[in-house]
Parts: sequence; structure tokens; C-alpha cells
Amino acid sequence: MFYYEKKLQYPVRVSQCNPMLAKFLVEQYGGADGELAAALRYMNQRYTIPDKVIGLLNDIAMEEFSHLEMIATMIYKLTKDATPEMMKAAGLGDHYVAHDSALFYNNASGVPWTASYIQAKGDPIADLYEDIAAEEKARATYQWIIDMSDDPDLNDGLKFLREREVIHSLRFREAVEILKDDQGKKKIF
Amino acid sequence: MTKQMPPEYYKLLEELQAIDFVIVELNLYLNTHPHDFEAIKQFNEASQHSMHLKIEFERQFGPLMNFGKSYSNYPWDVDDSPWPWQV
Amino acid sequence: MHSQFKYWKPYVSPYDPCKPIRVKSYSTPPQLYMNFQPPGLPQFQSPKQALMHGTLWPQLYSPYPDPHKRGEKS
Repeated sequence: MFYYEKKLQYPVRVSQCNPMLAKFLVEQYGGADGELAAALRYMNQRYTIPDKVIGLLNDIAMEEFSHLEMIATMIYKLTKDATPEMMKAAGLGDHYVAHDSALFYNNASGVPWTASYIQAKGDPIADLYEDIAAEEKARATYQWIIDMSDDPDLNDGLKFLREREVIHSLRFREAVEILKDDQGKKKIF
Repeated sequence: MTKQMPPEYYKLLEELQAIDFVIVELNLYLNTHPHDFEAIKQFNEASQHSMHLKIEFERQFGPLMNFGKSYSNYPWDVDDSPWPWQV
Repeated sequence: MHSQFKYWKPYVSPYDPCKPIRVKSYSTPPQLYMNFQPPGLPQFQSPKQALMHGTLWPQLYSPYPDPHKRGEKS
């Protein structure tokens, strides 16, 4: 079962009310390579992956949910108390008429999240290679959002999230090494 | 919401985030390096450090976890504001 | 240690309407060169430092944007 802990993984700060950045950031909330897709992908693949790497998928899925909460916090803070006029000026007029300033699982273009963003092929190598690709795509998405953002506090949090993609990618690569190893147990020390 | 969290809240929270981050990082690492004795030792030490910090944090700022992983004060304060995305 | 960014020169046509970027770059972070992390890598000095970098190990830290910005020079 799950327990909630009343703290973010990283101290998220945002320096200005800026709905435009929220619009870009939502790509990592409900987009194809976003944190929701990541969390659900690993959470679902864990049931059929070999036992040796279940723990890794489980724990990375947990961390992705913490990242989803960080992204949500950023979006929430960037749009909190923004007026309808500000939302409209930021290109969020269509979001506003459907959701006010509520968060929603869609990408930066407003396309709702769909399960077709993720896969569970049942073949451990195919699934882990998808996971590695997902981490690299999420890393790239963070890069492009950082390029678009002039908020140093926001970028601080985004750089943390980008670095986590690097670490997750490495762990999935190690999982592949473990599964392809003949002895069935990678022993390098 | 008139209650404001004092600077000590942010300071202690960040200390907790830092030690818990070390734990997450070592946990993922150990999933693929189950025989790294030194890392396991560091993981256990960090876990103990985190537990002590949480006791201190909860004493000052109330329960961190739901479903019985933290004790409640009177009146019930497990669902008290502020929430992590609000601070 | 491998470089964290690679640079390349795209073809520039006299008929390209946007001001050409003569040198382009892409990120090549450390996990690409470390298929299995060796044990005992040096760690950041403090948990706080690790948190701020997003990793416990300096060798796995990947900066962004490119600190050298070579890609922006034309």
C-alpha cells in the first residue's frame, strides 16, 4: 500500500507569477514523456519484469510520483492568483474556460494524456529499452523547457529533475546488464 | 490561511529533504549493486539519521505521514495545512 | 572524463531565412559512458550538496545549459 509524506522531494521555488511557463511545464505533467507517463509506465511494467529488477522499477516509479508532485507544485505556483486576463495573454484562455486554474493532465498543446504514450511489451529487454528512451526524452524535454524559461528559481528545480533522468537512465542500463548476464547476477566487485 | 511557516520550518525541511535524497539515491544504486557493503552501511546510517530528524520535525511542525506512520496531536492534525505545494 | 557536450557544424545555405547558427551542440551526459556504475565513486561533501546537484556522485552530475556555450558562438 501507499503512504503519503507531507514534503516535496526537493525545495521547489518559483520567482514570478508566470502562466506562460506553466503552459510549457504542463508538458512534463500530462505529456508523452512526462512524469505521469513515467510513473504509470514503470508501475505497470513491474508486474511482469524478472524479479531481479522489480525493486528498481518499483522504486523509480515511486520517485516519478514525487517528481509529478514537484511539477504540479511549479504549475500551481506559476498560475496561483493569475487573472483570467493573464491566463488569456499566456495562451491559456482555452484552458481557463474548461478548468479555471485547476491542473489537468494534458500536454503543452492541451492534448489530454493517453495510455498510448506508454507501453508494456512483456519482453524485459524491450520494456527496459523503452524506459531508457523515456528517460532520455524526458531529459531533453527538461532542456527545452529550461531554454524557454527565464525564472532562475524554477530552473533550479528543473535542473534537479533533469539530473534525475540521467540517474534513472543509468539504473535502467544497469538493469539490462543484469538481465543479459549469463550467470544471472552481475558481479563486478 | 493566516498561519505562516517560520524560517526554521524551511531550514529543517531542507535538511530532511537532503538526507532523504541521499537515501533515495543509495536505494536505487543498491537495487543494482546488492553486494556493496559500504553503501548498505551508509544507507542504514542515513535512514537512522532521517528518522531522528523526522521526530524533531514532527515535534515542531506536526505529523509528516498519514495512515498511522506519524502520531496525531489533539485535535486531529494529520490533515492540517499547509500542504507541500502551498508552502 | 568525457565531455558533456558535443558540437557540430550544420550545412548553411545562402537561402536559409533565419540567422544561421553555425555551431550546434547536444548533450552527452555521463550515463552514456558508464553502463554499470563502479562501486566506491567519490561522493559530494554533504547531503545538501548532493540534493542541490540532483545526484550523490559528482561524476554523474550533468550540467545544463552548456557551461561553455560554444554552440552559441558563430
